[in-house]
Amino acid sequence: MEIPRHWRLKQQRYKLVGEVCPHCEAKLFPPRDICPDCGGEAKQLYTFSGRGEVYSHTTVYDAPAGFEENAPYTVALVKLEEGPLVTAQLTDLGEQDVEIGTPVEMVTRRLRTDGDERGMLVYGYKFRPRLERVNQI
Amino acid sequence: MRKVAILGVGQTKISEHWGMSLKELAAEAIFAALEDAGRSSIDGLFIGNMLSGSLNKQENLGVLLPDWAGLTPVEGVKIETACSSGGSAIRTGLIAVASGELDSALVVGVEKMSDAKLLETTSALATAADADYETAHGLSFVALNALIMQRYLHEYNWNHADFAPFSVVAHQNGVRNPNARLQTKITEQEYQDSRMIAKPINLLDASPIGDGAAAVVLVAADEFQNNGNSNLVHILASAAATDTLSIHDRKDPLWLSASEISARRAYSQAGIQPEDIDLFELHDAFTIMSALSLEACGFAPRGQGPRMGQDGDIAPFGKLPISTFGGLKARGHPVGATGVYQIVELVKQLRGEAGKNQVDRAHIGMAQNIGGSGATAVTHILQGI
Ligand SMILES: [Zn+2]
Repeated sequence: MEIPRHWRLKQQRYKLVGEVCPHCEAKLFPPRDICPDCGGEAKQLYTFSGRGEVYSHTTVYDAPAGFEENAPYTVALVKLEEGPLVTAQLTDLGEQDVEIGTPVEMVTRRLRTDGDERGMLVYGYKFRPRLERVNQI
Repeated sequence: MRKVAILGVGQTKISEHWGMSLKELAAEAIFAALEDAGRSSIDGLFIGNMLSGSLNKQENLGVLLPDWAGLTPVEGVKIETACSSGGSAIRTGLIAVASGELDSALVVGVEKMSDAKLLETTSALATAADADYETAHGLSFVALNALIMQRYLHEYNWNHADFAPFSVVAHQNGVRNPNARLQTKITEQEYQDSRMIAKPINLLDASPIGDGAAAVVLVAADEFQNNGNSNLVHILASAAATDTLSIHDRKDPLWLSASEISARRAYSQAGIQPEDIDLFELHDAFTIMSALSLEACGFAPRGQGPRMGQDGDIAPFGKLPISTFGGLKARGHPVGATGVYQIVELVKQLRGEAGKNQVDRAHIGMAQNIGGSGATAVTHILQGI
């Protein structure tokens, strides 16, 4: 059971909250203490749009413990439109083939069940192919 | 700092050793190395191991092994840097002897993987990646390498089949190594038809895990080189570097910068160029890692690593033989032991004791052990007498 870990990461897992460097304006996800671009301290929160495109992808057949029931599933490096890469599962693919460059958007989905049938359901970000938006009247 | 040399080496066969425990495997390699060195005592034991806590429910190897091998009260310490634990243990032992703090060190790499089910092993190996941002999302270690390879194929216009030589050559060399996990030849066609495990990585792109242990005895070179000991192999260089833990944090996910930096430092310590290296035991955990290592270490231009396979450069009598006893791909990858196996094999080549695997003009050899998906790289350059 990893309740403290999940609680600690809730901003990132639910809302994709990273950081913007106050010194060089680099956008960082996942958040980190030191900006890799300028070496300054990075502590200012920044919420990412959740839009990006597939940088690379693969399918997991032999899943690690806790993920067996979902296998096979697709994982990707997603290039967010603000710059950073994120490692995540792709979801809602239907019959669609994933390709490098496929536009995707963040959604909240169940990542796994932590523990037995009374365990915690861990939710977090996954990415799905970006939906066409109908203009609102 | 004193110069350090390798006086003796030992190894077990890599297999599923159902009848042997972690400490028994380690002891077999330790005794073999001590015998090869003609010694019965040692000043310190440095242990490369990644998974004893998770797969064997056993930590405190720094005592378990001296105790079992009858070496107490010698000090012992476990070194862990994921798949490069073995290389890191060699480097740590070397620093101890080079500094003058110890006169000799025994480095043993050991991993006992068949105590656990595959599912547990897959999870345990994934702990080398970031727990919060990679493994929490269901990424396996294979999947991380597959993400790199998929992008590499796209970026540099290679086909999966172009990576076949890395696997075919390693298997060919493994056939002649009685200690190898896999001792069967494969064809290019078999490589292409192999079962997909994480597209584009198939079973014959990936190295097999196994149980195994390897050991080396390190001594101060000056004390031994005038004795006419022709078994002595000198360590010309030792360098380690790190990169980000996660692939997603790298500016260029297709470039192994830790590998590049540690190799450059090693060349500079040894006062040599990449062209001076006669053979290279690289970290071919996956075929894509072979290509990336060759590029990062200056043997191939960026994006052109697979060309060295196509051109036959990596074969036993090519320009730069690699994986000469089968590499991770065929000799096997008992994770924390792998880096020590690489050094044991280099020593055999440089002493001219490699038997059917002997390469021509083996004077200077390099080994590079990589931890995580390129996060740690430990490079050693060795020279025979
Ligand atoms: Zn900055």
